[in-house]
Amino acid sequence: MIELSGIRKAFNQGRHNEYWALDGIDLSIEANKVTALRGPSGSGKTTLLTIVGCLARPTEGRVRLEGEDISGLPERFLTEIRRKRFGFIFQQFNLIKGLSALDNIILPAYPTGRPRRELLDRAEELLAGLKLGHRRNAKVEWLSGGEQQRVAICRALINDPELVIADEPTANLDTHLAGEFMGILESLAGQGRTILLTSHDPLVVESDVVQRVIDMRDGKLICHE
Amino acid sequence: MKLWLAKQRYLIDFTLASLARRKTRNLGLLFVYTVLVFMLASVTLYTHALRQEAARVLAASPEVIVQRMVAGRHDLIPPGYMERIGRIRGVQKMEGRLWGYYYDAVTKANYTFMVPAENPPAAGEIIVGPALERSRGLAKNNGITFRSYSGKLHSFIIADVLSQASELVSADLVLMSEQNFRAFFDYPAGHYTDIALSVANPQEVRNVAVKLAAALPDARPILRDEVLRTYASIYDWREGIVLALLSAAILAFGILAWEKASGLSAEEKREIGILKAIGWETGDVIKMKFWEGLLISLTAFLAGFVAAYVHVFHFAASLFEPVLKGWAVLYPRFQLTPHIDGLQVATLFFFTVVPYAAAVLVPIWKAAITDPDSVMRG
Repeated sequence: MIELSGIRKAFNQGRHNEYWALDGIDLSIEANKVTALRGPSGSGKTTLLTIVGCLARPTEGRVRLEGEDISGLPERFLTEIRRKRFGFIFQQFNLIKGLSALDNIILPAYPTGRPRRELLDRAEELLAGLKLGHRRNAKVEWLSGGEQQRVAICRALINDPELVIADEPTANLDTHLAGEFMGILESLAGQGRTILLTSHDPLVVESDVVQRVIDMRDGKLICHE
Repeated sequence: MKLWLAKQRYLIDFTLASLARRKTRNLGLLFVYTVLVFMLASVTLYTHALRQEAARVLAASPEVIVQRMVAGRHDLIPPGYMERIGRIRGVQKMEGRLWGYYYDAVTKANYTFMVPAENPPAAGEIIVGPALERSRGLAKNNGITFRSYSGKLHSFIIADVLSQASELVSADLVLMSEQNFRAFFDYPAGHYTDIALSVANPQEVRNVAVKLAAALPDARPILRDEVLRTYASIYDWREGIVLALLSAAILAFGILAWEKASGLSAEEKREIGILKAIGWETGDVIKMKFWEGLLISLTAFLAGFVAAYVHVFHFAASLFEPVLKGWAVLYPRFQLTPHIDGLQVATLFFFTVVPYAAAVLVPIWKAAITDPDSVMRG
């Protein structure tokens, strides 16, 4: 589904503190599979995730989505790809405080101009699927960590993406909630979605749900399982 | 088109929700902004209405007033002057006027005593202005006594009180007959205070003035246009003084608005990052923030302007009245005719709404074009 070739990413390029977070990544992410990037802090997992998710551009190299080179596309097209094809679950959940769970969930669909009724129905359906229907009108800052993450998952799914990208999804959850998350992940995989996540949590990377683990260190891939 | 409208509705919905989420800060800003527009609009509306009022009142005044000067001071017009003016071509009508000032120790105020050209009161009667009616507690048919400068007492009956419609110019007026006036001020027969001239052709007014100056070197012709210009400059000057005083407030607001507009809070930057990451375009973010700026500034402008309108035309601009109207012991009490000048509104709009809306956009644009990957890093 996604192919990366010769990806390098520099921060502060040309300055005294220049730093190469990714250094020559060649990788193919297969569709309908759960792939995990594993590695210590600073290994480049999140940077790689931002490049796959079109949140940042590589300094060098090519990103191909379904065979089409998207690394050189203008910002507008990248945004459209993000909105239509990817759903994001961030480590810090990144929900908008002061808004209800329902309002947060439908936010990525605003630029599509889809009718509000349709969005609300879909959001309700997603909330019900994750057993959070009773918290639909609660402001997100009143929700527990696990509830916030489920809202973030609903938000990632509102535009029905093919690829779900999750950055350290269990980092802020206890063992019980992490187990619940793996259950959700399994059902998403069961729906035929492609899932790419980063984690160094054994509960995730050693789980049966994850079909492929890619190890990283110092901005390079170590081995492919 | 339908899709575009739906998108705009979502953007406005989100903007309103954003404004509500930062209620205290936005209400504070809105309040300060509204007060500023209110003050600026009050000053401009009031001075504009005063200028209009003065122009309206003076429209009926004579084209030229001739005064006689002695040693640079205004002196009485002696007999024979009128005949010499009568010979100047272009003068349609000429009328010797009698007026003077009287200091009333009771109210510690100056009154203007005058003999009206038409329908003067009968001997022994006077017509008074509304401010005099108030300050001395007078009413129709009351009697009043003034001590003249020669020390003699003169008693009059109030025949009438002038209408409030003319109060801007008649507040301190006392109208009396020629006979009473001359007796009160010991005015010699045949002398006048000044002469009012009517000139048939408005194009000829300046020529008549030039001829007057040549024929009567000790005379000073005062043109109506000059009086109007003087009034206009007085109000302009007063408006300037108030605006200068307000400049501190304007500056303070400018700093506040700039700080608010240019210094996006970390929370706002984070939100912009989130919105972009989840699929909002840079344009959507900018539009959303533009709606936010426009909603605040438009609301402030409308609220401030309406409040200023009510303040000026229903409460007689009570906050700025002493500075703008000028000083007087007998303040005229009058209702200004509501008048809104389109250009004035547009100028005020341009200087209050546009800078704010623009100031908001620059930092938003800067924040909105940055890569959204920062949200990944918490």
